[in-house]
Amino acid sequence: MEQFDALVIGGGLVGSAVAFGLTESGMRVLILDEGDVTLRASRGNFGLVWTQSKGVGAPHYHRWARKSARQWPTLAARLSELTGIDVGLEQPGGLHFCLSEGELSDRAEMMARLKREAGDFGFDYRMLTHQEAAEMVPGLGKQVVGASWTPYDGHVGPLPTLRAFHQAIQQGGGIYRPGSSVQDIDAAPHDFRIRLAGGALVQAPRLILAAGLGNIPLLPKLGLNCHIGPQRGQILVTERVSRLLSMPTLNVRQTAEGSIMIGDSKEEAVFDSLTQKPDVMRTMAERAVACFPWLAELQIVRAWAAVRILPVDGLPIYDQSAQYPGAFAFSCHSGVGLAAAHALLLAPMVRNGELSGECSQLSSRRFDHV
Amino acid sequence: MYDLRPTIRTERVSVVVNGRTISVPAGSSAAAAVLTAGSPLIRKTPVTGAPRLPYCMMGVCFDCLATIDGVPNQQSCMVEVVEGMEIAVQEGPRMPPGANENEN
Repeated sequence: MEQFDALVIGGGLVGSAVAFGLTESGMRVLILDEGDVTLRASRGNFGLVWTQSKGVGAPHYHRWARKSARQWPTLAARLSELTGIDVGLEQPGGLHFCLSEGELSDRAEMMARLKREAGDFGFDYRMLTHQEAAEMVPGLGKQVVGASWTPYDGHVGPLPTLRAFHQAIQQGGGIYRPGSSVQDIDAAPHDFRIRLAGGALVQAPRLILAAGLGNIPLLPKLGLNCHIGPQRGQILVTERVSRLLSMPTLNVRQTAEGSIMIGDSKEEAVFDSLTQKPDVMRTMAERAVACFPWLAELQIVRAWAAVRILPVDGLPIYDQSAQYPGAFAFSCHSGVGLAAAHALLLAPMVRNGELSGECSQLSSRRFDHV
Repeated sequence: MYDLRPTIRTERVSVVVNGRTISVPAGSSAAAAVLTAGSPLIRKTPVTGAPRLPYCMMGVCFDCLATIDGVPNQQSCMVEVVEGMEIAVQEGPRMPPGANENEN
């Protein structure tokens, strides 16, 4: 039986970020990754490191998202130092466009609420007129009546990030084992044995469940309830063009290589990542073209759907099993934006055996009274 | 560098590759015309400016991007030649028309 300091189930952005953080502290980690038959949410992200609109009515989540954004430069620098991979992080601030006076006044109200709720933590933002926004990005469409802007927002390449995590973990002595389907978990406090399909047995005093929607069948084995479901998001990608957008927006961003990505679609409770509906793609494209009319000239070279994880209240869930201390389960929607918090803040908590601060407020105990 | 396979197609069309007129069998792809013409490159990559030629010839690799009849970033392996077609080097990233003007 192979022994490790921690077993991580799930090799996507959440599992890899935590595994990286644990590896950085000298622990020997095994990542069990099921394979490309799974939904692979971490291969379909839009790539925002976003804070505006995060945690309305939940200031602890807003702080957590902001802390992650603040940690991102440290994470990107460390990954680059270890692996030579540039993850393409830029945090110049971000824009959320409003296409009607109604959208704009709702947005202004929401941003004011975030600031009120942020209290001493602070929240800088500005509501912009069309003219002010047009001075920040080229070729802004006249349908954009205004925008909100915060200095904290940014974007990053999700795939280079995932690759850099995997490389850094393996350089640090961790093991990434693809094609590893969990057959059974034998749980006891600080003693977890996992039997893999094929019969191999692995053991560690810590177990981290970070398998996205794959957490659903495994949570009961750790005495935890499930509060997540699927949400499908679609993305359109254009041909590469000259550098035009100096900052990301909620629905349109330009990658470091020049492609324009168009996103921000949501379809509830869809498990299918293999088909795409033309009506959703049309709506996304129309809104993008309303924001930047010059996009209409560009060719779409790729499109995909990804089935993402959505906790029932939209906020991430960080749990340690009360029944089996040492077992943790993490589920979140924003695996890219929160990756820095997961690697640099959450992993040390796992190592120390206690979830504290914002994470303790984001446990699934919040659902107990429902 | 590249020779065409023997073909039973007898009809030929003339196309212009980087300013040079050549004759290729009707039904050829624009990428095949680029290779037949012996061009040293068909695009410069948008990230590093590296010179590239068509590679997969089946619409997958995007290394054959060319400006065809004035339209940039065309996958030339997926485009059939027509008489008088102008195929030119794709110089790095495209600049979309209108991107630097604000609508008012």
